Amino acid sequence: METFGDLVAADDVLLFVNAAITATGQREFHASAGEQSLSLDFLHAYMLGNYRDLYAGVLALDINDHNVVLIVRRLLETSGEATVEQRRREGRLIAARLASLPPQRVYGLFSALRRARVNNRRTRAIMRDWLAARPDPALDAVKYRGAFKAALRHAHLPPAGAELADFLFRPQARVRYAAPLLESWRRAHFEKAALYDLPYTVAEGFAARQGVPRAVFLERIAPRMTRLETLRLRESALRHGAGDVPADLTRMPLTRLASYVLSLPVEDRVRRRAELTGALESAARRAAGPLRGRWGKVTAVLDDSFSAYGSGVKRRRPLAVALACHHLLAELANDYTALWTSGRDDALLAFPHGPTPLGRRILDALDTAPSRLVIVSDGWDNAPPGLAAEVLRVWRTRLDPARRTSVVHLNPVHDSGGFDVRRLSPTVPTAGIRDAEDMPALVELAQFAEGRTGLAELTAYLEDRAARLRARAAGRGRTR
Amino acid sequence: MSAPAPSALDLTGLRTLPAQVWGAVRLVPLVRDAPVEDLRLGARAYDAAAGFVRTGPRDGYFSYVPHGFVATWTKDGSPAAAYGTRLSADRDPAPAEWMPLRVHRRPARREARDRLRFLPLHLALEGYLALHFDGPSIAWEEWSQRAVRNGLSPRAEQAYAGAAVDGLAEALRVFEIHPGQCGVLLYAADALAAAFVVPHPDDYRSLHATLLQDLYGDLVYHYAMLMPPVREFRADLGGARIRSLADLRAAASRQEAEWAEFHDGTMAAGLLQETYAWRTVYRLGRFTLSRFLPAFRPHEENHIGEAITDERGRVAYLKTFRLSESQIRRGHLLDRLAAHDWHLADTAADFGITETALALRLENAGFGSLLRQDVLDHHRRRRREGQA
Repeated sequence: METFGDLVAADDVLLFVNAAITATGQREFHASAGEQSLSLDFLHAYMLGNYRDLYAGVLALDINDHNVVLIVRRLLETSGEATVEQRRREGRLIAARLASLPPQRVYGLFSALRRARVNNRRTRAIMRDWLAARPDPALDAVKYRGAFKAALRHAHLPPAGAELADFLFRPQARVRYAAPLLESWRRAHFEKAALYDLPYTVAEGFAARQGVPRAVFLERIAPRMTRLETLRLRESALRHGAGDVPADLTRMPLTRLASYVLSLPVEDRVRRRAELTGALESAARRAAGPLRGRWGKVTAVLDDSFSAYGSGVKRRRPLAVALACHHLLAELANDYTALWTSGRDDALLAFPHGPTPLGRRILDALDTAPSRLVIVSDGWDNAPPGLAAEVLRVWRTRLDPARRTSVVHLNPVHDSGGFDVRRLSPTVPTAGIRDAEDMPALVELAQFAEGRTGLAELTAYLEDRAARLRARAAGRGRTR
Repeated sequence: MSAPAPSALDLTGLRTLPAQVWGAVRLVPLVRDAPVEDLRLGARAYDAAAGFVRTGPRDGYFSYVPHGFVATWTKDGSPAAAYGTRLSADRDPAPAEWMPLRVHRRPARREARDRLRFLPLHLALEGYLALHFDGPSIAWEEWSQRAVRNGLSPRAEQAYAGAAVDGLAEALRVFEIHPGQCGVLLYAADALAAAFVVPHPDDYRSLHATLLQDLYGDLVYHYAMLMPPVREFRADLGGARIRSLADLRAAASRQEAEWAEFHDGTMAAGLLQETYAWRTVYRLGRFTLSRFLPAFRPHEENHIGEAITDERGRVAYLKTFRLSESQIRRGHLLDRLAAHDWHLADTAADFGITETALALRLENAGFGSLLRQDVLDHHRRRRREGQA
């Protein structure tokens, strides 16, 4: 039996999931960083206070790393309030989720826990297990030196091996190290050649200290860069006159790749059209996986209005999500039409400009009689305001009450004032989106919002996702 | 200087598009289907926040000049030749630096062969009292020697910089400029604050941010600060008679047309449906730079401003400033005085008040120094003794 309270709970959870997917506490087009973090902090406190189990369960969904860290931190800070059963369940979820988090995020979390003076037994156990599962402690000791050391200290853990212990806590004790990475780190203090054996971020500091010209440094350190570092530094290397940093675009994740493409000047995009389009398409094919060509006739309305610029700290993020969705939908659909709000039709040359005539574009989209209509927009419909909502309402109530066309709105921007992503219309489900790769899962989640699904189904869904997450984490453990 | 018959602003060629709202600020974009190509404006940023403006050899007065514009005329092919001879006689010497302040010789002056630099709101604010700049036209004995000789100098009016207007910076930042947009009407709490029109969309894009450096009247400042956020005019399609997508599309178009009609006929009526007294400042080719003054009707919207119009009177460039209620009252007072050739008794009769009341009203409005001291003292005494 569904009570009113259950419906409210289900609504609250969906709202929180949307926020946890989109909000990063950074400046957005319409809100400052302060407003964003204030809004997010409130949501976390509200969820933790009212629905602790569901709050922890959200960890299993594709929420962004920033919110994973916030959730884990709040759960560990309030360990005393949880029951034994809750603690066990949360502990398993946290361990599984931390395994898939980038290490710098986890070290950031550990440092935050240390600053907040959270040092309960569960926190120490989680830190111990995570650190034990790290493949190369020497690399962590060099790359995340301060945070690694602080984590060991905070969790009362001995370093793996006497040499590592000396490296961290008694740096003067040894003349040389047997581990090659530690030895390179020692030599990099006075020998230029040694710094090219170090990870890029560590070597950068040494290079600056030894006055290595940037162009020379970038060219020689290129083989040591991670995948995303090559993507990030490629243009900068070209500007400095260093040789090509070989970024293998075909291996990049879709949304990152879209961000990279949009960061290029339009002339470069025109010149490298074949390469960039090919990379985007192959990334989209990988993201689509088994769902390729299974979505039928799809029309997308994609927002490239001025507000898709995002902000100085999230440059063109909403537009990059739209571009990535464009390529992914082209793979998922077997008949695909894309409509950009500006009316331009060359996706590769997209740039944020002009108003958001969403209503008009949705009309054009409905003209193509799709079986699925996907709208990717920040929801600031302004030319004229509210037309999109009206068109969707009239379409749902008068023209398509049988729901032949399924409509879903994906919103990449957290609206701090509304504590949610901005909705277009109550008749259409809205889901937050961070990476276009998650789109199939999000569309699944958005159906919960549309059908006013109850709490029981939502809880079951979260349980299912948590089981999948644990299985994945276990699998990862075995392969290592 | 010619004085054309009073006429309304002619915004032919500009279409009204849906407004964008941020807090108490509403921005209504105006779009040109065919931009004016042979008149281009560019912004000239002034480093100094305070501009020092000199009028003639006498003492200058301080005036805040946020920015000056440079008007450039081009005629496809041979731009300079067409006007070269006419504008080459540049007799004004280059402005000399005066202390660390910038010195402007005159608010509007010829600068280079085909360029006219002018300081828009400075002009407009000056224009407010410039109508009566010469002071009393007949030296009735009541007017002081100073008023007769120097007119209404010094002329200073109060205004707020756009950056001080609450929420305006944010509203301008998040505003999404339409393709082809050449102008904007700015509302604070749905009171029309300013109108800004340029000849070309490229000009608009570069000048959009300078709206923040402009001057706004105190009404705008207070409305933006004190009023709650205004509501969007959200579309409402009804739905009872919509049976197909084509109906839906037609209903959407109707919405847009209704908005434009409502806006032009109701929201902007105070600007667009009034007639103005025009004063030509400068003519160049087919363009005329002029200032306009409203009818100074108390308790109504009154906008002053300047415009560049083409040979058919259509607005190519427009910038307005909304007067505050006290400014309107002062303007009204001067307007009536001028209508009666500055004769105190006649003007008082027109207002239906005594001469004493009019003299004290002049004093209250800040024009006390125009009257001879003994005349003013006489009227003060009469008021004290209760004779009038």
